[in-house]
Amino acid sequence: MITLETLVPATGMFSYAWLMIAVPAVVAAFLLIGGRILDRVGHWLAVGAVLVSFSLASCLFAHQLLAGPEARAVTVPLFDWITTGMWKVQAGLLVDQLSILFALLITGVGSLIHIYSVGYMAHDERRRRFFAYLNLFIAAMLILVLADNYLVLFVGWEGVGLASYLLIGFWQHKPSAAAAAKKAFVMNRVGDLGMTMAVMSMLALFGSSAFVAVNEGAAKLDPFWSTTMGLLLLLGACGKSAQVPLQAWLLDAMEGPTPVSALIHAATMVTAGVYLVVRSHAIFEMSAAATTAVVLVGTVTLLVGAWIGTSKDDIKKVLAGSTMSQIGYMMLAAGLGPVGYAFAIFHLLTHGFFKANMFLGAGSVMHAMDDDVNMRHYGALWNVTRVTFWTFAMGYLAIIGIPPLAGYFSKDHIIEAAFEVSTVAGVAALLGAGVTAFYMTRLMLMTFFGEKRWRDGVHPHESPKVMTVPLVILAFFSVVAGVVMNGWIQEWLEPATGAHAHEVEWLPTPIGWLTMLLVAAGVGLAWWLFGTKPVPDTAPASRNPITIAGRNDLFGDAINDALVVQPTLVLARGLVANDSRVLDVGADGIGTVFSGLSARTRRLQTGQVRAYALTMTIGVLLVGAVLILTQLG
Amino acid sequence: MSPDNYLYLAAILFTIGTIGVMIRRNALVAFMSVELMLNAANLVMVAFALARGGLDGQVATFFVMVVAAAEVVVGLSIIITIYRTRRSTSVDAANLLKL
Amino acid sequence: MIPLVTGQEVTFWIVAPLMVLGALGLLFFRKAVYAALSMAFVMVNLAVLYASLNAMFLTFVQIIVYTGAIMMLFLFVLMLVGVDTPDSVVETLKGQKVAAWLAGAGMLGLIVFGIGGALAGGPQVGLDQANAAHGGNVESLAALIFGRYVFAFELTSALLITAAVGAMVLGQHARTRPKVTQRDLAEKRLRDYAASGAHPGSLPNSGVLARHNGIATPALLPDGTVSEASVSAALASRGVILDAPALSRTTAEAFEAIEGPRAEEDDQ
Repeated sequence: MITLETLVPATGMFSYAWLMIAVPAVVAAFLLIGGRILDRVGHWLAVGAVLVSFSLASCLFAHQLLAGPEARAVTVPLFDWITTGMWKVQAGLLVDQLSILFALLITGVGSLIHIYSVGYMAHDERRRRFFAYLNLFIAAMLILVLADNYLVLFVGWEGVGLASYLLIGFWQHKPSAAAAAKKAFVMNRVGDLGMTMAVMSMLALFGSSAFVAVNEGAAKLDPFWSTTMGLLLLLGACGKSAQVPLQAWLLDAMEGPTPVSALIHAATMVTAGVYLVVRSHAIFEMSAAATTAVVLVGTVTLLVGAWIGTSKDDIKKVLAGSTMSQIGYMMLAAGLGPVGYAFAIFHLLTHGFFKANMFLGAGSVMHAMDDDVNMRHYGALWNVTRVTFWTFAMGYLAIIGIPPLAGYFSKDHIIEAAFEVSTVAGVAALLGAGVTAFYMTRLMLMTFFGEKRWRDGVHPHESPKVMTVPLVILAFFSVVAGVVMNGWIQEWLEPATGAHAHEVEWLPTPIGWLTMLLVAAGVGLAWWLFGTKPVPDTAPASRNPITIAGRNDLFGDAINDALVVQPTLVLARGLVANDSRVLDVGADGIGTVFSGLSARTRRLQTGQVRAYALTMTIGVLLVGAVLILTQLG
Repeated sequence: MSPDNYLYLAAILFTIGTIGVMIRRNALVAFMSVELMLNAANLVMVAFALARGGLDGQVATFFVMVVAAAEVVVGLSIIITIYRTRRSTSVDAANLLKL
Repeated sequence: MIPLVTGQEVTFWIVAPLMVLGALGLLFFRKAVYAALSMAFVMVNLAVLYASLNAMFLTFVQIIVYTGAIMMLFLFVLMLVGVDTPDSVVETLKGQKVAAWLAGAGMLGLIVFGIGGALAGGPQVGLDQANAAHGGNVESLAALIFGRYVFAFELTSALLITAAVGAMVLGQHARTRPKVTQRDLAEKRLRDYAASGAHPGSLPNSGVLARHNGIATPALLPDGTVSEASVSAALASRGVILDAPALSRTTAEAFEAIEGPRAEEDDQ
């Protein structure tokens, strides 16, 4: 059942929606070009730019709230972008119920992370550049979610990829950071290939890439094309959202500064895949195969991510695994069909709050521990960094799903919806919740409790206000976001997702109770393993295959290496051999012949004027002779 | 009298000029040989002006003389410039125009 | 029938061989000056041919412009670069001479049989009518130059100006060292004197106290010896200066004549 949005043209405030994108983009360019003069004020400029975008988004949101449901989806045509022959692509923005939520999340969490970064990056001499990249990211991400057609969306899609690349590799003097950036970029290219092909087939089949046209055309699509397009879009989503099989880059992406991990690799960019799937729901609904693939990818990723999270000692990598896992939940929800779209977005928003909160908290801990990321070197920090601890705890409770915090509502709905569609997916989601509780508790225990395992010379201290205030705000949202949105979001998103609102439960259902039981089991197991006995200073050697696999990211890199890298290398070596042994010999042979010839002919060039005069005379004679002979004939 | 004889004379002079350019190594003499070739051409034009009854040949000769004057001025300056740097007017000395 | 021999033919047969000889001089004289002179000879003869061909204006232009101006310019330049540097006879390019002669022969054949064959014969019109159109050769030429060919004529003026400017540009050369002033020279002279004791004043004139005052006559110092500094080094190296002992002998004799009787008087 597809409900088409009723779009109204932009008036009033909405005509200025493009400013949301333009302001951070211009500031980014300004900061990059501006030079050292801006070193002192550049970061506040960047913060200001995001705040401007945020206030604009809030105003638009308020307008939408006040307007009736039929006047909420607004198109803002900007300009004719590509006009060639029969093609006419218009660049325009679509401010509807879905995109405004994203815009709010991006600019809201973005603003907090910007402010946090002012403190976090205070001692980095390239801070201005960092903020320019962050603003670039905000602008690109807003293009992505506000676009009204897939081509413009793709511009944003590539823009966030670029910003992600620049920010992961921001400390490019570290070879590992440079390599991680490259890895993220290359793996995203694989996904982008799917994305490009999907957009191209849209243009070919529908003659347009606008969401409206695609939604209309999808209804009449034959099964082959809807499946193909769905799978291609899923490939794109997998790349951007670090879903299996393109998951390997996200763990390495933690090489970037922590605010980047919070903003890009937890709250916003990596959720773009979910946005894409929800936005393209018209296509996915036409193909059972594509939907099943989405569910499969989501389920596998939520387990894989959780598994990796259980065995890492690097605090950021635990959180990265957790991010993969949570996005797996969202994917799963998005694949469940109309029943799940709103829950996917719901979980996306709450996750954006509590995961950003925890990443920033982790950044604060690292700040206290001299940028050490190994949790085995932490311990007993709750008393030292109190604000960080309490805010982190809010995020922790939210993610493992303790009612009435944010994660409880959003995750519980997904698990229930999964059971409605498929028992296997439901069980996996349930299991994932238990594992989540386990690894998050482990993280909490190793970081904040137990005895001190600090390295020599490390003197933990609480972070400055500029960093803790965003933490507090995010923690607040981690607590209340679920309650606020639970009864409201389905209805709100109804026109955009075409799904009818269900009655949602406020109190735990039987499945909810079961989830909480598993969560309690996970917490208990973690307490028994890490809370009751001292944590070893170095990771103990383990024979447990589950641990070994988890520590090695489930051999994701090895699999990629064996399946893609090695065959490519073999092919490349073959081509090189062919090039040097077959083609070059031929080409060099021709070259040798000609250089030999020219070495001889160049003797004619004596530099003697008289020799040239002789040559010229002979030439005149020849021409004359030819002329006379032709006259004779 | 037929212009043929003048043509043959001019041909001989022209040929001598050509050979002069090719075998004389003094740039000034080679240059004079070029002048000889110009003069040979002039002779033909004047001879045929008479034979064909038009003054255009003489006008052309006049223009050739003007051009020759200009050419000599520039050519001699070049020879002097070369002489100033190389202390020689031999065309063989200036053989940098090669690989 | 007796062949009608005209003045034009007589002139041609006298002048033509001379011209060929002169032109060959261009090929065979080893000294450039001789080549230039034989070239001037060819040009004067050419003027004679022009005259016999009813081209009076060109005759004078040929003599005035070509022989008078251009060839003299050549001679000037020859003086400038050194008159007496003959061409080397050793041919540096292998086979160049033979090939040149062969190519020359080919060129002659091409002109005579190719162009000559195409042009030979045809009507003999004469210039009387064309010259009469404006009252004479010069007037008719002027009518053509300032009439039909006026545009080409104006272009030649541009060409001449360009050539003049070009010659000036080529002729001047950038100063490679600062200009030496009188003051610099004076200071240098005194510095040399301080350093090596070189005489700072002007050199002695030639011939002072000697019998002649020509530049080839060295001056004699008061003691009768020859002052090397009084004659130019170039003349000294050529060995054209007058013999110093011969000069100083007269002085010595004069001293003798004065000193001899005096000595005798002293003895007495």
